[in-house]
Amino acid sequence: MIPRIYIPGDSGALALGAEKVAKAIARELAERGVEAKIVRNGSRGAYFLEPMVEVATANGRVAYGPVKPSDVKSLFDCGFLTGGHHKRWLGAPDKIPFLAKQTRLTFARCGVIDPLSLDHYKAHGGLRGLQNAVAMAPADIVKQVTESGLRGRGGAGFPTGIKWKTVLDTTSDRKYIVCNADEGDSATFADRMIMEGDPFVLIEGMTIAGIATGATKGFVYIRSEYPHAVATMNRAVEVARKAGVLGVNVLGSPNAFDMEIRVGAGAYVCGEETSLLNSLEGKRGVVRAKPPLPAIQGLFGKPTVINNVISLASVPIIMDKGAAFYKDYGMGRSRGTIPIQIAGNVRHGGLFEAAFGMTLGEIVDDIGGGTASGRPVKAVQVGGPLGAYFPRALFDTPFDYEAFAAKDGLIGHAGLTVFDDTADMLKQARFAMEFCAIESCGKCTPCRIGSTRGVETIDRLAAGIEPEKNLALVTDLCNTMKFGSLCALGGFTPYPVMSSITHFPEDFKPAPARAAAE
Amino acid sequence: MTMQLASTEIQSRTAAIIQELKDLEGPLLPILHGIQEEFGHVPQEALPVIADGLNLSRAEVHGVVTFYHDFRARPAGRHVLKLCQAEACQSMGSDAVATKIKQLLGIGFHETTRDGSVTLEPVYCLGLCACSPSAMLDGEVIGRLDDEKIEEIVAEVRS
Repeated sequence: MIPRIYIPGDSGALALGAEKVAKAIARELAERGVEAKIVRNGSRGAYFLEPMVEVATANGRVAYGPVKPSDVKSLFDCGFLTGGHHKRWLGAPDKIPFLAKQTRLTFARCGVIDPLSLDHYKAHGGLRGLQNAVAMAPADIVKQVTESGLRGRGGAGFPTGIKWKTVLDTTSDRKYIVCNADEGDSATFADRMIMEGDPFVLIEGMTIAGIATGATKGFVYIRSEYPHAVATMNRAVEVARKAGVLGVNVLGSPNAFDMEIRVGAGAYVCGEETSLLNSLEGKRGVVRAKPPLPAIQGLFGKPTVINNVISLASVPIIMDKGAAFYKDYGMGRSRGTIPIQIAGNVRHGGLFEAAFGMTLGEIVDDIGGGTASGRPVKAVQVGGPLGAYFPRALFDTPFDYEAFAAKDGLIGHAGLTVFDDTADMLKQARFAMEFCAIESCGKCTPCRIGSTRGVETIDRLAAGIEPEKNLALVTDLCNTMKFGSLCALGGFTPYPVMSSITHFPEDFKPAPARAAAE
Repeated sequence: MTMQLASTEIQSRTAAIIQELKDLEGPLLPILHGIQEEFGHVPQEALPVIADGLNLSRAEVHGVVTFYHDFRARPAGRHVLKLCQAEACQSMGSDAVATKIKQLLGIGFHETTRDGSVTLEPVYCLGLCACSPSAMLDGEVIGRLDDEKIEEIVAEVRS
């Protein structure tokens, strides 16, 4: 048997030098006259070990990492093609603690298979969900997704099945499935990883959504900052079309479904669903007022399911193993698993899929291993630029939609940014307002004007000008933005601002006092 | 250096892109991406051609082009360097990285060096948040920027 070498083609691995490693391995193979097949897989998500190279041996896969191009010669000398020992040797990948502790449902194949091999996909349980779905009545598919308890993984946490039911129940000559892959939140990369590492699971999930709701056309709206994801998805759609997974007869059934990949143009606000729909229609990415709901009047005025990548990619396993299987994981009203993305100043950064319910402290300290700088953790921003900053005092908060809301925070797309004690929370609060000002679509006043006034007021605070008055002003402004904005951009910018003020008041003291304290 | 194109040339090449893409549902963004790929920016001369081809007003086309950060009104430098300035990168010192690169290149964000070699831009997240601070040079991703990598980048854009 020809040995197989897996070298991730995932953007994160490439950013850490995977391409140079792949070239070095190919060169070494040629020089030694050894035959082997190089597979460019996705990443398993343990970025502190990337580039992680794996070899398929008679005793299963063996991982090495993080591999540098200069390690390649010695890897061959140590016989890594048969799993030989080396200083980068990590053993069986699924025994690596960071990976062994996870519950991989949505990401089961990510980093394991060749992303563009439909045969690999099928060999690892792919297409079973779709096969079940084509034999079912649309209402039964919707019922199964509803019963699984799956909620929108993009951040809003709205029950996916209920959204689908509205689209199914709305009569129209044309309906759409739109996948929101405009993953603009800092600390999030789950959508990117799945599109680069297991694109067929998204295609399968969207096709099931189409069959369940009577939609025949799908769009994946991917941000332009993700060129590798765009390329992989485009190639995967072509493969799926050729194999009859997409087309007029999905898997030989009478159901028709096809899809297109579309690329955004650098507007963060297009991650908001109605703004994304406008963008797809070729308009300015301005937010629409709701109602009408997109499920009733969405893309081009037609009933539209708009779901996040991870929501759709979680559907195939629900249709394969049943609602009860999925629902069995989790806590309270947060069912199933969530891919937690541990990022920023952290030792063991990466993607960690787990059932809901772990505490923030377990994730940051035990899984993440604390800060990369070795300094104490000061704050963790949960849920991207619109999420709250959590202090250590709230590390007992369990990862659950309701538990985070109760602490004036949000899970969002489940990204965590860890900051050490050098972070200045006034600066972070200012950035939240500044970012909102840069990215505001301009439709509603609280967001468009409020964000700019917010930056100015925080600047006055920093300069020590009338601190009490300006602090009261920021608080009042946040209140107006929270309740008066049309969408989450203006409405949630107060979360990082107010959580900084509430949990880190010492950073907002007037400048002389701050200087004296240091 | 970029050659100055005649406006008739821009118009005919724009018309060809429109012809190829206009049957898509919601064709404007794909067309604008196509034009930017063709010319390196979205030239003013292309706008009336698009408006005409899609039966839109010039104001509508102008509105869309100017809404999105990606579409340039002028050509960029030979290299485009994007530095991530979002929270995860901030937590790993992206501010200091930006300051250093600005100093080495002698330009600020949204500026191009006088020799036209490089345009520097901020970007709010490249999805490389577990390998911060990160950057993108001409579409190639770079993670865990340190002094050594910064110097490599600067040497590459200057060469």
